[in-house]
Amino acid sequence: MTYIEQDMQRFRAIVRGKIKENLRKYVSNHELIGRQGRDLVSIPVPQLDLPRFTFGKVGSGGVGQGSGEPGDPLGPPQPGDGAGEAGDQPGQHILEVELSLDELVQILAEELELPRIQPKGNQNVESEIARYTDIRRVGPESLRHFKRTYREALKRQLASGTYDPKNPVIIPIRDDRRYRSFVRKPTPEANAVIVYMMDVSGSMGEREKRLVRTTAFWIDAWLKTNYHRVTRRYIVHDATAAEVDEETFYRLRQSGGTKISSALELCHRLLLAHYPVADWNIYLFQFSDGENFEQDNRVALELLREQLLPMANLYCYGQVNDLHYRDTFIDALNRLDAPDNLVSTRIPDEEAIYQALKVFLGKGR
Amino acid sequence: MINVALPEELQRINQEVEGYARAVGLDFPEVRFIMLDFQQMNQVAAYSGFPTRYPHWRFGMEYERLRKSYAWGLHRIYEMVINTDPCYAYLLASNLPTDQKLVMAHVYAHADFFKNNLWFAHTNRRMLDEMANHATRIRRYIDKYGLDEVETFIDRCLSLENLIDLHSPGIRRRPGRLPETEDEEPFVARLPSKGYMDRYINPPEFLAALRQQHEEKKRKAQGQSPAYPQRDVLLFLLENAPLAAWQQDVLAIIREEAYYFAPQRQTKILNEGWATYWHSHIMTRYALKDSELIDYADHHAGTLASSPGRLNPYKLGVELLRDIEDRWNRGAFGPEYEECDDQQARANWDRQLGLGRQKLFEVRRIYNDVGFIDTFLTPEFARRHKLFTYRYNPRTRQYEIESRSFEDIKRQLLFNLTNFGEPIIDVVDANYQNRGELYLLHHWEGVDLRMDYAQATLENLQAIWGRPVHIETMKEDKGPIILSFDGERHSSQVLGKQRRAA
Repeated sequence: MTYIEQDMQRFRAIVRGKIKENLRKYVSNHELIGRQGRDLVSIPVPQLDLPRFTFGKVGSGGVGQGSGEPGDPLGPPQPGDGAGEAGDQPGQHILEVELSLDELVQILAEELELPRIQPKGNQNVESEIARYTDIRRVGPESLRHFKRTYREALKRQLASGTYDPKNPVIIPIRDDRRYRSFVRKPTPEANAVIVYMMDVSGSMGEREKRLVRTTAFWIDAWLKTNYHRVTRRYIVHDATAAEVDEETFYRLRQSGGTKISSALELCHRLLLAHYPVADWNIYLFQFSDGENFEQDNRVALELLREQLLPMANLYCYGQVNDLHYRDTFIDALNRLDAPDNLVSTRIPDEEAIYQALKVFLGKGR
Repeated sequence: MINVALPEELQRINQEVEGYARAVGLDFPEVRFIMLDFQQMNQVAAYSGFPTRYPHWRFGMEYERLRKSYAWGLHRIYEMVINTDPCYAYLLASNLPTDQKLVMAHVYAHADFFKNNLWFAHTNRRMLDEMANHATRIRRYIDKYGLDEVETFIDRCLSLENLIDLHSPGIRRRPGRLPETEDEEPFVARLPSKGYMDRYINPPEFLAALRQQHEEKKRKAQGQSPAYPQRDVLLFLLENAPLAAWQQDVLAIIREEAYYFAPQRQTKILNEGWATYWHSHIMTRYALKDSELIDYADHHAGTLASSPGRLNPYKLGVELLRDIEDRWNRGAFGPEYEECDDQQARANWDRQLGLGRQKLFEVRRIYNDVGFIDTFLTPEFARRHKLFTYRYNPRTRQYEIESRSFEDIKRQLLFNLTNFGEPIIDVVDANYQNRGELYLLHHWEGVDLRMDYAQATLENLQAIWGRPVHIETMKEDKGPIILSFDGERHSSQVLGKQRRAA
């Protein structure tokens, strides 16, 4: 191992240590929602930087150049050379570490001791970045292929007769731009489908939905690191169920009664129609405040036991309320002599999400 | 350091460029070029050009940062050169020959600057070996005392590494520290007693008080309080803080490296300007072939790009040098010129002196960035290059353009450059209130310290000093204030009128 690798590992170990100390806080932070696996998330890591006697932002400034009137805001500094000298913006010490969401999820998984999932089936073809050997028409300016761009511009000007050998000025337009790009190499991958089911009856408020959303975000993130391709379907129900898109799933508010079985039934039809068990890893997550009619509990349990549990890698039920009614759906589940791909937990508040993830995903199925 | 021989084509280019560089009057030691791929380049850059440095996590952090921004296609490091003799420079293997030619010309100018600029006169040209020695010693301490212990101590030292005196690069550590307790009388206060009477004859609190008095006397005898304010806080700690031998060595290493890198930070604008001036001169006059023009123009433009609110040191430096060359060629300097207030006459001023080039060589010898800007920045220049000052506006939470007045621009630039734009801080008392407490004084010049950092830094200082520590500073809204840390608690005290004389 080279020196730089040692230093890098040390750095990562320190970062991980600091992140683990604060992990619960990140997990219940719903601001991360919407990030994708390779997206960088800025994690404020306390005490990772080397503090100094230095100036704060207030009263500080610098010298810049360009047009503008006094009072105009400056644009954000361009990424690139981080020259920390004159004219640079002061106070840019990194208190935040940039991690990709994937890395954060890995740390979470370590801390929750989540086992690696053993996928079944194998059909989709995914791809990986191999090398920057390709040329494209779009890309970041830093990857602009200068000569190719000019060659395109020259070709266009020759073709359109605007090239003058006496005054050989070539001006590329947007269509002429060419950028370096990478080639992907295909690798076969297993795939997964997640079906989220949520109760949107009158008793499910904004707070409850946010709990569902934050929990679902981490579930997505974890499954995505295990499967390259994750398909998600969303079902909402009150006394009847319907399939919706993701946005509607979290936004929709109904009123009316609750029939948990209606969602399970629709879910079952969906799986039969599109996701044969042999090819798909199937994950079912259901969220409700648990106030279900007793006779519907029976129907729902029947559906689970006979149809869904045999098909699914995992069925998780999260009960998102902080009230303790007697005989809610979770109690009915707990009385069931359940196979071990059924798990359930209460998620009364954001604090509980961390533990819920451990319960849901700790099976490695 | 593995010395990979350059491929034949590059050797040829190198000889050619070296010839031009000598012909235009640059004076440099032997330069050894090493080819690296991106990954190696990022590694070496993370160690600021010295692959032999001691182990520390921040180098890993820097490498990660470079690696990521390369992966996203955000930046590339074209060249790196270190101030040693022979001078080592790193070339990126994937660069086009045109780029390499430009980089070589750039590097020769840097090597000339390192050798001839006065601010580098004291730097150790054998720093590669020295850094390797530092690494060996620190690894030995890690083996002996454990990684956590040594790493924590290094972190504490690094937190103080900007507390050096830039105007005394020549100061070596002074001998004359009192030897540790070997020939002083041992502290004996205990009276002989029988076991059951001991608590009465030697009451523990009385013994503790005696011990404290003894320590007090010892401290006084050593006369630790600095006779005059000391800006080299690291040196002061080295000579006076109660450190184990290995800790002293680590602190000395951090201090030595801080002093070694200081001149590069003090001359960034001038040095990059100088290198850019010569690479463009050499390329456009001598070295460039027709077929290379577009790649050269692209690269050169990339080097000099500036985005709003940022001053590109390469650009500011080279433009200012060209301005100086032009003015000294025309004779546009001196009392007669300064007193002329007819803009037209000033713009057309031409005494045909042709002193430009000569002046440039003089500038490169004697100035650092502060002197360079202070002496040569003119109102015409600031106007022509659309310079402005900006300031952070706490109300809108963003930086905003503040002023286009020449005085403001010059003042702000000099402020950002003086002491690298870091606060100026002295040790003024090492026996504050006669209790062996350390008292630092920040010379406030209109900008407040960042408070959370100041407190965290005080904690590091206290861990090294062993007794409570204080720093006196100012806050715009409160006036003079002392921040203190006693090893357990932070406190602050607004001083009102009773400021110590700065």
